[in-house]
Amino acid sequence: MHTLITLASSEPAATSAATGVTSYAWLLLAFPLFGAALLLFGGRVLDKAGPMIAVLLSWAACVVGVLIAISMMGADPSDRSHTLHLFSWVPAGTFDVNASLLLDPLSITFVLLVTFVGSLIHVYSLGYMEGDSDKRRFFAYLNLFVAAMLTVVLSDNYLMLYAGWEGVGLASYLLIGFWYHKPAYASAGNKAFFANRVGDVGMSIAIMLMFVEFGRTDFAGVNAAASQASEGILTAIGLMLLLGACAKSAQFPLQSWLGDAMAGPTPVSALIHAATMVTAGVYLVVRSHVLFDLAPTAQLVVVIVGAVTLLYGAVVGCAKDDLKKALAASTMSQIGYMMLAAGLGPIGYAFAIFHLLTHGFFKAGMFLGAGSVMHAMDDQVNMRRFGGLATLMKITWVTFGLGWLAIMGVPPFAGFWSKDKIIEAAFVGEGWRPWVFGLAALIGAGITAFYMSRLFFMTFHGKRRWTDDQHPHEAPLSMTVPMIILAVGSAGLGLILGPTGIITSWLEPVVGSAEGGHEPVLSVPVLTVLTLLLVAAGIALAWWRYLRESVPVVAPVGSLATRAARRDLFQDDINEGLFMRPGIHLTRSLVFADNKGIDGGVGGLAAFVGGLSARARRVQNGFVRSYALTMLGGVVVILGALWVVQ
Amino acid sequence: MSHSYVPLLFFAGIGAAFAVFSVMIAPIAGPRHYNRAKLDAYECGINPTPQAEGGGKVPIKYYITAMLFIVFDIESVFLYPFAVAFDKMGLFALVEMVLFILTVFVAYAYVWRRGGLEWD
Amino acid sequence: MIASMAGALPTEFVMTQISYAAVLPMLLVFGGAMIGVLIEAFAPRRFRHEAQVTLTLLTLVAALVAIATSARDHQGITAAGAVVIDGPALIFQGVIVALAAVGVLAMAERFTADEADAFTQSGAAVPGSPREAAAVRLGATSTEVFPLTLFAVAGMMLFPASADLLVMFVALEVLSLPLYILSGLARRRRLLSQEASLKYFLLGAFSSAFFLFGAALIYGYAGSLELSDIATAVQNQSGMDGLLIPGVLLVVVGLLFKVGAAPFHAWTPDVYQGAPSPVTGFMAAGTKVAAFGALLRVLYVAFEGVRWDWMPILWGVAILTMVVGAVLSVTQTDMKRLLAYSSIAHAGFILVGVLALNQKGVSSTLFYLVAYGFMTIAAFAIVALVRSSGNEATHLSQWAGLGKRSPIVAGVFAFLLLAFTGIPLTSGFTAKFAVFAAAVAGGGTWLVIVGIICSGITAFVYIRIIVLMYFSEPAGDTMVMTPTVMSTLCISLGTLVTLWLGIIPSPLLDLASQSTLFLR
Repeated sequence: MHTLITLASSEPAATSAATGVTSYAWLLLAFPLFGAALLLFGGRVLDKAGPMIAVLLSWAACVVGVLIAISMMGADPSDRSHTLHLFSWVPAGTFDVNASLLLDPLSITFVLLVTFVGSLIHVYSLGYMEGDSDKRRFFAYLNLFVAAMLTVVLSDNYLMLYAGWEGVGLASYLLIGFWYHKPAYASAGNKAFFANRVGDVGMSIAIMLMFVEFGRTDFAGVNAAASQASEGILTAIGLMLLLGACAKSAQFPLQSWLGDAMAGPTPVSALIHAATMVTAGVYLVVRSHVLFDLAPTAQLVVVIVGAVTLLYGAVVGCAKDDLKKALAASTMSQIGYMMLAAGLGPIGYAFAIFHLLTHGFFKAGMFLGAGSVMHAMDDQVNMRRFGGLATLMKITWVTFGLGWLAIMGVPPFAGFWSKDKIIEAAFVGEGWRPWVFGLAALIGAGITAFYMSRLFFMTFHGKRRWTDDQHPHEAPLSMTVPMIILAVGSAGLGLILGPTGIITSWLEPVVGSAEGGHEPVLSVPVLTVLTLLLVAAGIALAWWRYLRESVPVVAPVGSLATRAARRDLFQDDINEGLFMRPGIHLTRSLVFADNKGIDGGVGGLAAFVGGLSARARRVQNGFVRSYALTMLGGVVVILGALWVVQ
Repeated sequence: MSHSYVPLLFFAGIGAAFAVFSVMIAPIAGPRHYNRAKLDAYECGINPTPQAEGGGKVPIKYYITAMLFIVFDIESVFLYPFAVAFDKMGLFALVEMVLFILTVFVAYAYVWRRGGLEWD
Repeated sequence: MIASMAGALPTEFVMTQISYAAVLPMLLVFGGAMIGVLIEAFAPRRFRHEAQVTLTLLTLVAALVAIATSARDHQGITAAGAVVIDGPALIFQGVIVALAAVGVLAMAERFTADEADAFTQSGAAVPGSPREAAAVRLGATSTEVFPLTLFAVAGMMLFPASADLLVMFVALEVLSLPLYILSGLARRRRLLSQEASLKYFLLGAFSSAFFLFGAALIYGYAGSLELSDIATAVQNQSGMDGLLIPGVLLVVVGLLFKVGAAPFHAWTPDVYQGAPSPVTGFMAAGTKVAAFGALLRVLYVAFEGVRWDWMPILWGVAILTMVVGAVLSVTQTDMKRLLAYSSIAHAGFILVGVLALNQKGVSSTLFYLVAYGFMTIAAFAIVALVRSSGNEATHLSQWAGLGKRSPIVAGVFAFLLLAFTGIPLTSGFTAKFAVFAAAVAGGGTWLVIVGIICSGITAFVYIRIIVLMYFSEPAGDTMVMTPTVMSTLCISLGTLVTLWLGIIPSPLLDLASQSTLFLR
């Protein structure tokens, strides 16, 4: 049974049923899922052994992933796409959804990233969460996350992808709020959830539209049917998918949650909010590339979203003093690059994935480095209180430094190969677009260099601005080894995959050829030089401001722009004014103005007592007559409507 | 066909006119002596809402008696047509009717055992 | 004179044939209820509870077996066109009986010796009166709830199986009257409970009047109350739409009241709050199933010919119901009221499926009802467990930090809330998906979009509770009662079905789609 995947720009690739080692792909999901269930329901007996079991299961999934990847590499490029049928999920008449896995170069790339980085972070967590009394729950959630993320990337239809999508949301939500005894952390979990709900509505509308238009939701079927659909429908589906992607990947205008999500434990920030989950949006856009290729308007919106976010994140990153929040802003900005690339069409898809891959390594590495710094500095995150750590924490300094060089795009480190390609791709095209988007990407690179250097210098160099009684020390082996491995990846991965063309040819069967024969509006060497010059300027400026001059311990008031950037360019104020307040007013005016209702709902005994008495009085009055009147009114309206209609 | 409804319409019209007339004439022609009892919901001579703090309770005896009446009332409503057509329906109907009476007696037994028949 | 009267009588008396095998399940339940009343009358007080619980559960199991065996083999219209036993009727009856069995388990919960069940000692006494105190001293119990439940179940079973509007009305009353009484029997907060009961009764009577009036108008149009005759009359347009369409809508209003659709929903929050929690769970699940079964039958069998006259109006009702349920649930602070508004929103979602007017509409509605029924019974059983100084802790703030105090109960409740939300791998997701897919296929895309937006709003509400349970510090003296085997079984069954239908929904979907053909 062959199903054709129609590609916009390459030969159709056949998808065949999985055989050999590939048919064991279900283990990828089973291992971490089993781990999560075991740890959650296993009870206190597993308090000691549980974390180790979780780590082993995660590595087991990684090994399965590697074996499948190897068998896939051995196959002919046209025979690298397989499906593995698990069971019939929703067999409802004409509408029939199977739970099947799709194993192709794109999904297996993600599997490798998720399981490998995920497993490293599992190991790191062994050290980081050493003293936490609730370790077992933490590792259960980590395993749950890995399982859900693998469901997202392995599913062969949008419905199952949506199930995994919800799963990663849930896991991320549980992990952000892991230290729920701190209220600020819990509310951060909330914010992430609400932003994601907005995205989920988009996703479900997109899936419904697919069902209406195409009658099916599997990738192959949707892709095959898309060529017959009208552009309007495809644009609508694309925009709705983009809404989902924006929420999950913290893209403009749903970016607000990512900064607050940093409240979670640092390994979580590294795994979920840097390497894997936040890139799911990029995966979704690339996976749906057939739809986007046929809907240029939706594609343009993707590019705009990417460009806006990459500048937004970069600007915010310049002003943040909180180490993790600065890294979060940078994540936002880097994913902006990926979105931008994903919106550029076939020339960008492979590079979006490539940058996603390298970013997964260097950003996770830097987050782990940040965790190591926090570990050493008694959970201090204010960079104005760091400084001069380079000599005391040599391993952290070196590994973080490699990540720093990689993200700035200094040759020959990873970012140079992946980010520069995106900048080049952004300059391809006609009319105003290459200039606007290309320049945005180019300027973004300069700002990136500035804020990353600022972060690096403030943390590891300069005078020691510590609070009293701090004795920084290097982290234990279980933490440093993952950092070293990730640093090696950030240094070398780009060189191995980029210039050799491995990544583009590997992904070609899925996303089409990147070689469109298009030349950027400025020649490639000019662009490379320009980028490097801007990067150098960024580093120099940071050196001037933060290394040569001393850094005040208390943040200066700063210019209007700085203050705006510190407040995330007023995103929360805008959100509150535009969405929350009207929403609250709407519901409040619908139920009598029950002020205590909303506030009391989130807690507070005093509000409860007051609210209860008010409510009880109201209930005791008992307006049966008004209820009856409502009913009568309803009947009258219905009959009236009928009379009008006839 | 429609003319057969005309007498009905006529009758309804007379009924409505009488009701309107009665309501309108009462305040015009009747004497007006207001007192507390006049403002009660039901002018039936007994205090309609006993006060709980006085230890009073709804005199539920009336309701039980009324409901028991309904139980037997319904029973007899069914017994009449049965009795009229008994000879045509045979043994089967007799069994059915006995079952029906037994069913009604279940309710009766419950009321009896729970003291619903004791006046005080 | 006598001769003329004799001439008016039918010359030949026709014996009505009743297929006893087909109606055996209903007879069993009625019989069980009768025996229950006799137990109340004659058994000593200390045996009553055990005897009643055993009898009720046995009756329900026997009825379920009878549905699956004897009734299934004797499908058809019986009892002089009054009762119809067909695929949908059988499956609705089966679902009602199964839900009732689970609900009865929750009602049977008595905790330890010094804690009594959820029901008052003396339902007829004025709260706080010496008579009530006497009943408490005596150790009286309201074991009447079990026969009352069985009567209600019997009514519910007859409701979707009636082939005649008058029988349907009788069934409506048979299922409603016991529920009115059950609502007023809560042990705690007696006044609230009695008030709920009275409100439910008054408004229920009001809605019954609409139903009857509608039935009368339809009789005027069709000359018959049998659904199949009405359908025939509707086909042969006789030009009296002035009678038919208002009649249809009034009948539908009576049914919409029972499912709690806006604007006929006003009773729901008050009654759900006041009634004893186990009763609320049973009522929410059972009544919805029965009333939607009846609604499906009248709409699909009798009134399908004039669908374009009532469809737009029901679209409006569905949208209003979803919006009202979703928006108003946002500001609720009482757990039971919140679940009540959630039930209104769910009624709206189910209506979306009903309005698909195709076979998938029937099967998806059925699936949704099963999913919703089981999760809601389990949820209310959990509400009954969470206490604060002896009373049920229904205020949301009292649920803060429950995840720390009682991880298992909070975990199960969180799972049920996720199911209410419609998160994948719970039955709620499959149900919503099935209903929306059916509606889209039936041309109700706009309805579905409103539905998705509303389910997004309700998600906010449910997740806020999860946040409250897990991410807040415990406050007050909230504690969770240790359930006995009864509640435990009820909650586990509800949760397992919710999980099972989320992961492997196909058996039920298959069963439902095989039983979508209404016999006319």
